Amino acid sequence: MRLEPIANPSLARTLTPPALAIAATVVVASLLAMVAGANPFGVLGLILKGAAGSKFALLETLNRATPLIFTGLAVAVAFRARLWNIGAEAQLYAGALVVAVLGTGMLPWPSGLLLPTLVILAMIAGALVLLVPALLKVRFGVDEVVTTLLFNFIFLLFVSMLLEGALKDPMGMGWPKSARLIPEARLPRIFDGLRLHWGFGLALISAVVVWIIQARTTLGYEMRAVGLNRDAANFAGIPVNRVLIKTALLSGGLAALAGFSEVAGLKGSLTLDLSPGFGYTGIIVAMLALLNPLAVVAAALFVAGIFVGADSMSRAVGVPTYLADIMLATALLLMVLAILLTRFRVVRE
Amino acid sequence: MSAKTEAQVVLRLNSITKTFGALTANDAVSLSLHKGEVIALLGENGAGKTTLMNILFGQYTADSGTVEVMGRALPPGNPRAALDAGVGMVHQHFTLAEGMTVLENVTLGTRSLWSLGMDRAAARARIAQLAADFRLSVDPDARVGALTVGERQRVEILKALYRDARILILDEPTAVLTPQETDDLFETLRKAVALGLSIVFISHKLHEVMAISDRVLILRHGKLVHEGRTSDTDRHDLAARMVGAEVAAPKVAKGVPGPALLQLGAVSTPDEGNAPGLKSLTLDLRAGQITGLAGVSGNGQAALAGLIGGLRSPASGTLMLNGETLPHWSPRMAVHHGIARIPEDRHKTGTIADFDLTENAILECYTEAPYSTRGWMHWHRATEFTQEIIKTYDVRCPGPATRIRLLSGGNMQKLILGRVLEASPRIILANQPVRGLDIGAVNYVHERLLEARDGGAAVLLISEDLDEIMALSDVIHVISEGRLSPAFARGSMTPAELGVWMAGHGFEAEHAHAS
Repeated sequence: MRLEPIANPSLARTLTPPALAIAATVVVASLLAMVAGANPFGVLGLILKGAAGSKFALLETLNRATPLIFTGLAVAVAFRARLWNIGAEAQLYAGALVVAVLGTGMLPWPSGLLLPTLVILAMIAGALVLLVPALLKVRFGVDEVVTTLLFNFIFLLFVSMLLEGALKDPMGMGWPKSARLIPEARLPRIFDGLRLHWGFGLALISAVVVWIIQARTTLGYEMRAVGLNRDAANFAGIPVNRVLIKTALLSGGLAALAGFSEVAGLKGSLTLDLSPGFGYTGIIVAMLALLNPLAVVAAALFVAGIFVGADSMSRAVGVPTYLADIMLATALLLMVLAILLTRFRVVRE
Repeated sequence: MSAKTEAQVVLRLNSITKTFGALTANDAVSLSLHKGEVIALLGENGAGKTTLMNILFGQYTADSGTVEVMGRALPPGNPRAALDAGVGMVHQHFTLAEGMTVLENVTLGTRSLWSLGMDRAAARARIAQLAADFRLSVDPDARVGALTVGERQRVEILKALYRDARILILDEPTAVLTPQETDDLFETLRKAVALGLSIVFISHKLHEVMAISDRVLILRHGKLVHEGRTSDTDRHDLAARMVGAEVAAPKVAKGVPGPALLQLGAVSTPDEGNAPGLKSLTLDLRAGQITGLAGVSGNGQAALAGLIGGLRSPASGTLMLNGETLPHWSPRMAVHHGIARIPEDRHKTGTIADFDLTENAILECYTEAPYSTRGWMHWHRATEFTQEIIKTYDVRCPGPATRIRLLSGGNMQKLILGRVLEASPRIILANQPVRGLDIGAVNYVHERLLEARDGGAAVLLISEDLDEIMALSDVIHVISEGRLSPAFARGSMTPAELGVWMAGHGFEAEHAHAS
């Protein structure tokens, strides 16, 4: 068996495999629900209801999608230039740390000044965290997959140390959490009374900005050229190493915004469970979106919807919440396969 | 049965058809090879020669048609079947283990994995016998890594003969050889034929085809368009049949040399792996003149092209442009100083396959107005520029938004020509500018280079094709092991004399003379 590229895939060819992937995911989830002793029928309905069936459910999904848009963008930007940033998790915590340190009264400024400052400083912190592996890569050829991945663990332990020590909330009854943010450092809600904060708005704006950078600026052109063919880019005179460093700074900055948005928008303080792997899930989001920054928003909503919906479904029918993780993994694997099948056909030898 | 005219058919391809999507790589191709015969398989790149051989060797399965060796059909899709039936292939890129000796390479894979010992004496005797029979002199105990390219090719042929091959298939065997080594190879092939072997000779060098083959078969667009005795045809006839039209090579008048625009003074660069660096190389490129660089590939051409193209800096020695030395050297500086660079590998370094024509056209100038200002791209200006190139350089394509990987090699090369020549360069570095192109495109590229030369540009033409060098160059240098021969005026050297330099001789005398 071989794969042969399809020159001009038809609309049906483009839509059928992803639709089948989603259908197969639902079937797998239903079967698993049955194995767990629940009624397999109606699982799909419960997932949809849980993800978008009510105002509360929908807002929950949007809130869950927000950090995924940021980390998805961070990964998409880096992967586009073939900079394998697996360390969005560490960069996220770097952004969160900046808010937790500076947003608890150290800078007694009004919101209009404090929030933009925090955004910028969080982005710088995230950028610096990725700058180290990027410099090691261009200077010494150290594989960034290894360095960025290991940095995640180092950084998480560093945050843990701070939360047990210097940053520990004296009012926290012994829990390893930072002090609560001052009200001026909190992101306001988009609509009065609805639990959706401006982090989501910032995420949408970021996606558009990244799209404009990639499509309309010389930097975006350079990043795509370096990603598609480093030899040809170098031959043509594109400063490959400088482009990789700039890409790393942008990618790290975007991932840090996820941490900023979670602390300043949702949680109000920093804990070690701030991110249930948003940095890693960002890779899934970016891959599903085929590294397109606008498609990252759709992919993040899809992944968040499955998380929230499957979570709610599993509670409703009384099966373990791990079902949500299995569903997401199934959906991802099948979707990757489906995307492949939209562009290639299988030929039997 | 005994009459030579009734010689036994040893290999027969019956109406082989193979398609890849919309592309028909082989369209009902039939051929037969007789005992003791050499047939030449001619065709441009992409004509379907490689696909046909891959089907013979079971790498691909034909959509229809059969392969028969010695009268027995081969099972499709089984790579071992052809080898076991006595078909040996010498690939263009050798498949030898460099760290092992000739003896080990030749016997590799002929014994069961489980047999521990090995009868070295018997193997050695057998190799010595084969070497004597076929005039393949090579030391069985030499490490392959230390052999010359010509010797390595002999090891490849020995390998096939050791496996009792009765049919030899040689894929572009002379591409890496000096003229003398080519003569030696032909001597071996004649011996083999005399001993009853049959040979398929794949090439697009017409004079070699004329020299060695009994029959010629020509593939064009996957179809067999010509089959006939070599003695009934000539080079022009073959060239015309290969491209399907009578083609005229450009008339080359002598160039009028001007001042030296680029001067290398005793430049050395470090070796890179197996590729030699430059050894104290001195070279002037003069305006209005094509300087040809002849040599067997891998003798420092890459280092010299990298140096002039801005990818490398001299480790010692000087590089002067218009009489000035530069403080800093990079690809962008090279472009900025009017050096047009036609890279050796248009797929890997010349273009970005998944970029469209526009994105490829502006690769070297995207930082400049009007294509961008203050970091913002102006794509409509870039598209206009690309449309201009498409028109002026006759790039056949659906439009500027086509991904360049969909273009043929010739059209890709025309876009590169347009990209580098539109800026009216003073110096042109043409590294293998016509490799793999069909004859129409070859003539087009040559005409553009001559036009640029007549317009006052200094052209450095690097090529492994001696015919091309001798046809176009006003002066010729030979490069060998990173050393440069003196300049030879056009017409002052025969191919055989240049071949002596290409093989690395003459440099010692030159050196002694200089010191």
